[in-house]
Amino acid sequence: MRHVYGWLLLTPAAILLIAFTHFPTLATVYESLFSKGSTIRPSRFTGFSNYESMMEDPVFWKVLTNNFWFAVGTIPLSVGLAIAMALLVNRTLPGRSLLRLAYFTPTILPMIAVANIWLFFYSPDIGLIDQILGSFGIAGHNWLGDPDTVLPAIILMTVWKEAGFFMIFYLAALQHFPEELEEAATLEGASRWYYFRRVVFPLLMPTTLFVLINAVLNSFKLVDHLFVLTKGGPNNASNLLLYYIYENAFSYFDTNYAATLTVVLLVILAVLALAQFFFLDRRIHYR
Amino acid sequence: MTDIRVNRLVKQWDSIRAVDGVSFTAEAGTLTVLLGPSGCGKSTILRMIAGLESVDDGEVRIGGRNVTRRDPAKRGISMVFQSYALFPHLDVRENILFGLKVRRVDVAERESRLAEAAHMVGLEGLLDRRPAQLSGGQRQRTALARTIVAKQPVCLMDEPLSNLDAKLRAEMRDEIRQLQRRLDLTMIYVTHDQTEAMSMADQVILLRRGKIEQTGTPEELYENPLSDFVARFLGTPAMNLLPVSAVEGATAKHVKAAFLGIRPEKLRICDAGMPVEVSAADYMGAETILRMQYGDCTLMARIEGRSRARQGDRLHIAWDENDAHLFDKDGKRLGGESLSHGPTDDTVRSGITAFRASP
Repeated sequence: MRHVYGWLLLTPAAILLIAFTHFPTLATVYESLFSKGSTIRPSRFTGFSNYESMMEDPVFWKVLTNNFWFAVGTIPLSVGLAIAMALLVNRTLPGRSLLRLAYFTPTILPMIAVANIWLFFYSPDIGLIDQILGSFGIAGHNWLGDPDTVLPAIILMTVWKEAGFFMIFYLAALQHFPEELEEAATLEGASRWYYFRRVVFPLLMPTTLFVLINAVLNSFKLVDHLFVLTKGGPNNASNLLLYYIYENAFSYFDTNYAATLTVVLLVILAVLALAQFFFLDRRIHYR
Repeated sequence: MTDIRVNRLVKQWDSIRAVDGVSFTAEAGTLTVLLGPSGCGKSTILRMIAGLESVDDGEVRIGGRNVTRRDPAKRGISMVFQSYALFPHLDVRENILFGLKVRRVDVAERESRLAEAAHMVGLEGLLDRRPAQLSGGQRQRTALARTIVAKQPVCLMDEPLSNLDAKLRAEMRDEIRQLQRRLDLTMIYVTHDQTEAMSMADQVILLRRGKIEQTGTPEELYENPLSDFVARFLGTPAMNLLPVSAVEGATAKHVKAAFLGIRPEKLRICDAGMPVEVSAADYMGAETILRMQYGDCTLMARIEGRSRARQGDRLHIAWDENDAHLFDKDGKRLGGESLSHGPTDDTVRSGITAFRASP
């Protein structure tokens, strides 16, 4: 009887999880083993041929490399900035709540709106950045139109967007720090940096793990801005894996290839999350 | 030798003077207890001596040097916090060595100090544990070891025992006292617990609302309280205070006396005297605490052993006139200095005699 109750209680959550997470995941893997279907040539089982053609797809490798640099460019910078901002607004200073709000504002804004703001910043000649540079006599530049600058430009915007969000978690963690720890360190003559390095940073590690996992997921998940800013261009210079999946599924209607790419994405995310858990978890002190 | 002199120390929080012109001297190698109810400013004084709180007025001198504006790390002090302030992610060894590493003490010296301190407080074998894996007493010992290895001449303690259970507290009290003597530390110890003050202190400074109420040895404060506040703060149960007007035959000889104080252990049950009704009798083993009503006044008496008195019993109590303390209407002691030493002030106390039964 107790088993029945147990299963009944689990059912609502289980239905949602199975319907919207587990079944789609398995369906994706299944779909990726079939060829693209059309009205004339129906889809048929082709084994791993989708994966083989993926390995030979130069755009796939391009977006994977882009995504790698996007992650490397955004994660350490936004996490570092988040810690710095949290430390700053955690001390008593005039206008502290205003400052906290200001840092958090980018997070409240929808990504599409953010992208539109930055589209204006990056506009050649009339954009904010070019106008400021112009006043110093530096010629305008098409930031989003140049394959060399488009990815850094998007990285910069993402850092701006993400840092405030991560700051909230660090701020919450810092507020649980007993003041005596810093006082004890001060009495021993520890400098601020020494205290940060030996005490604050290690004690923030649980937060850092959480933030890192989120940051990694976000670097693969967040593609809204690409719709507004670049659509992955020029010449795929700013294309990321998830946007490429979207393109395949809804622009080229090759859902089977999109499924193949999705499997790759899932594997990457799972491996990264597990790696972080296993490498970092052992070195983290949880209170 | 390192003494601590505090001179007219002031701390202002907005409109409140948390510390209001406090001056005292802690002689080198002695233990001074800052005692008082919560909010009396004792912790603030300690933190100002440590340099963790800014000084609004007055000065702090340690070992003759004015350190009022000096960096906390350069004052030659170590401190034990109420919460111990142990670093939760570091093991006992690293916690103890934290300060020495900051100060770049060389490895051999570090290890020898660690071994010595660990031995002194009995932490050998626990050096690889984290604070979370320690009991309250062991955490306390770790905090003590941290001050031992620092080898500073002055040690400040901010309610170090308040997180421990009663039995452990008594044990640690002795250990801290022994440590202070053995290392010849000048120690300032903040507490609200009068038993800690009475049992440990060379000098007690009793504070009230940011001001010193009385300074002296525990005996002086207990036997010769300068105010009714001091009289009531030290000793359990607290000193009985009766309005003189309520006491038969007491007012006539000393016009200024408004209150009469008598310690519970000085009350005797006898055949004739002040008539009271017992409202409670608490048997404690070695003694019995009687609570008694006399008109509107409640009196406590400490009777050795087991008392036969029961609730509702009517008794007579009396006391020696030498044991009575007199206070004026502002609570200040009258003829106080003469009670324990010097000639007695006859005009003050001749009015208070052992009681005769009232009509």
